[in-house]
Amino acid sequence: MIYDVLVIGSGGAGLCAALSAKEIGAKVIVVGKSYPTRSQTSMAQGGINAVLNEEIDSIESHIEDSIKSSKGLCDKEIVEYVCKEAPLVIKWLDSIGVPFSRNGNFIAQRRLGGAKADRACYAQDYTGLKILHTLYDNTIKEDIEFLNEHFLLNLIVENGFVKGATFLDIKTSEVKQILAKSVILATGGYSKIYKNFSTNSSQATGDGIAAALRAGCKLSDMEFIQFHPTSLKKSSILISEAARGAGGKLIDQNGNRFADELLTRDELSRKIFEKIEQKNEIFLDITHLGEEFIEKNLPQERRLSIIYEGVDPVKEPIPIKPAAHYTMGGIDVDKNMQTNIKNLYAVGECANAKMHGANRLGGNSLLEIVVLGKLAGRNAALSSSKNYIEEKIYEQSINDTNFIKGVFNFPNKIDFYEKREFLSKIFYQNVGVKREEMGLKGVLSVVRQTQREFAFMGIKDRSPLYNTNLVEFIEFGNMIELSETILVSAISRNESRGAHFRADYPKQDDNNFLAHTLTWKEDGVLCADFVKVKDNA
Amino acid sequence: MKITIKRYHPHFKPQYKDFTYEIPQNLTLLEALEYIKESIDNTLTFSKGCRSGVCGSCAVRVNEKEVLACEYKIEDGDKIEALNFIEPIRDLVVDIKKPLKTLKIAKTYLSKPNEISMNEKDEKLIRKQSDCILCAACYSSCPVFETNSNFLGPFALSRSYRYIADKREENKKEKIEAVISNGIFDCTLCGNCTVVCPQGIDPKRDILMIQSEALKYGYQNPNLSNFGSFGLDF
Repeated sequence: MIYDVLVIGSGGAGLCAALSAKEIGAKVIVVGKSYPTRSQTSMAQGGINAVLNEEIDSIESHIEDSIKSSKGLCDKEIVEYVCKEAPLVIKWLDSIGVPFSRNGNFIAQRRLGGAKADRACYAQDYTGLKILHTLYDNTIKEDIEFLNEHFLLNLIVENGFVKGATFLDIKTSEVKQILAKSVILATGGYSKIYKNFSTNSSQATGDGIAAALRAGCKLSDMEFIQFHPTSLKKSSILISEAARGAGGKLIDQNGNRFADELLTRDELSRKIFEKIEQKNEIFLDITHLGEEFIEKNLPQERRLSIIYEGVDPVKEPIPIKPAAHYTMGGIDVDKNMQTNIKNLYAVGECANAKMHGANRLGGNSLLEIVVLGKLAGRNAALSSSKNYIEEKIYEQSINDTNFIKGVFNFPNKIDFYEKREFLSKIFYQNVGVKREEMGLKGVLSVVRQTQREFAFMGIKDRSPLYNTNLVEFIEFGNMIELSETILVSAISRNESRGAHFRADYPKQDDNNFLAHTLTWKEDGVLCADFVKVKDNA
Repeated sequence: MKITIKRYHPHFKPQYKDFTYEIPQNLTLLEALEYIKESIDNTLTFSKGCRSGVCGSCAVRVNEKEVLACEYKIEDGDKIEALNFIEPIRDLVVDIKKPLKTLKIAKTYLSKPNEISMNEKDEKLIRKQSDCILCAACYSSCPVFETNSNFLGPFALSRSYRYIADKREENKKEKIEAVISNGIFDCTLCGNCTVVCPQGIDPKRDILMIQSEALKYGYQNPNLSNFGSFGLDF
């Protein structure tokens, strides 16, 4: 069986891509390691940006805010395309059933950090959840084929063309190849390298990006990792920016405010991190908004705070800290979402379409996955006729089958769970909100040592049946592969820009670094270079 | 403190076996499961995701009641087992494939969108139902599955009502027709689903709402005469 389009990853970006590819008649399959409605998209709370009323806001203003926040690292053409499409995709989402919150007869909008107007359309604080579930309902309506609980191992590439991918069937530990004329990676970000210091789902392990790197793709801007200023102190669970948009205040243990709450996420995270370094405790205070308002607009925030922090935000300020939230870097793609491998596309958090640059605005990521997800689906379907696939067992498939067999016999002399825990801690301390050369180089040597030790690790669970020990081990392998690219990029960039803040180079240096960081592998060796950004003037 | 997990592996004999673990205080059940997997027994198998109650991966039963592992604070002596009425795969992981098929049968999507725009009141009608995270806790709590494995079940019916009540749906008839067989009239209105839903959704109410909508299209409750009197306790 040869598909026209294989979509890997079943979150918002993957489902949008699948729907648009199917719409123009392509034979589509969506393969994911979990189930569609369990993806990271379900966690997006705040909203999706679009200018719906030109009297109070303008598309130019949306473009301007996004470019400003990107600190020179966006591609203006992409930003313009996404912002112009925004009102149209809101209309589309409304037409397929997304129950956006309403203000009277109109879709309600609220202000998020870095925006000049109330621009984020929302569905209470379940915006991502409701968009994702509505998309899923539509994939059922359109008879989209799914293969769930299949974990991406590698892309199959021959003569510069993608031919498909290999997957681990989690239920049986068998390796399967799926062949397709076009492949779209929509596998999400890599924030879970920070494990307990990340707001993300445990699924956000960068599997697609690591597979792309191994297949010969270029990655870009991997050092740009957004920290969300307000995650719960104990659990790193996200308290949405909507809480600050609605008037939430940041205070220290003495009740003093210390920052403008609507600064961009990078600026605010640094201010909070510095206060915490100076032994202060920081809180998000929404008590003044009142129970009725909180119940209507921020019910999830209230519930999460009660369950995970033991604090009712109606009565008390919520203890918070910054945590890794979104990875701007990823697989380098052009304006068609095409990677440097023919017929291989990438979209959503796993890709770097250069929509967000050095710092993403709240409400722009849901927008990106819908607008660019649809674009990737269309382009992948249209280009599928340009690829010829021979129906055979590919070498990659044989190699991966042997690799999985091999993992069952790895010696397991070193516990990878301990290594994973340790890595997340040194990443948060040294590759987090504030970085400097010594710390980064120290972590890099740990990562390279861990890579060498990988074959001495392994799994204790020897059953082929639904082996989550095996899945987590491969995820760990992907994370240490990507960790190296993040560190090499962060060490090379001797300046501060957006989410990448170097204490030893605190200024933005446009003469040397108004450029994207590229990383790729040649014969297994990691290479890095900078490429100047396109003129955004 | 100690918790007991009813573990399952189809290749082992016996297939089911209870294991008791010593775990630290003050953990959510998901944190406890992760603790066991990482530091006591790497083979313990369970599903997880967002750990904040929105992805619906980690529903299990504690002392025979459905909960999300990530939202439940463990207590000494708790007994943990997999969801009911769903084919077990291993330990706490079940095969959600069949329950999800009910969505296709129940046609839970906008079949024929009209041009009518929703206002604040219209949105409120479907707000709660669209909070569903498809965790299948309700499915596991539903006693109808003891006798009818083809029943559509609570989450599919609540989702059906979410689209029936959606102002933007032109073809309500098709939606209602899809939930007559093995659907709204097979529910016993026991309300278990409403009690266990982690999102506070009330499938029992939604099923009653579809029943009364269905009357308009000429579908009568075939079991009604068996109840003796009209309306009984609702």
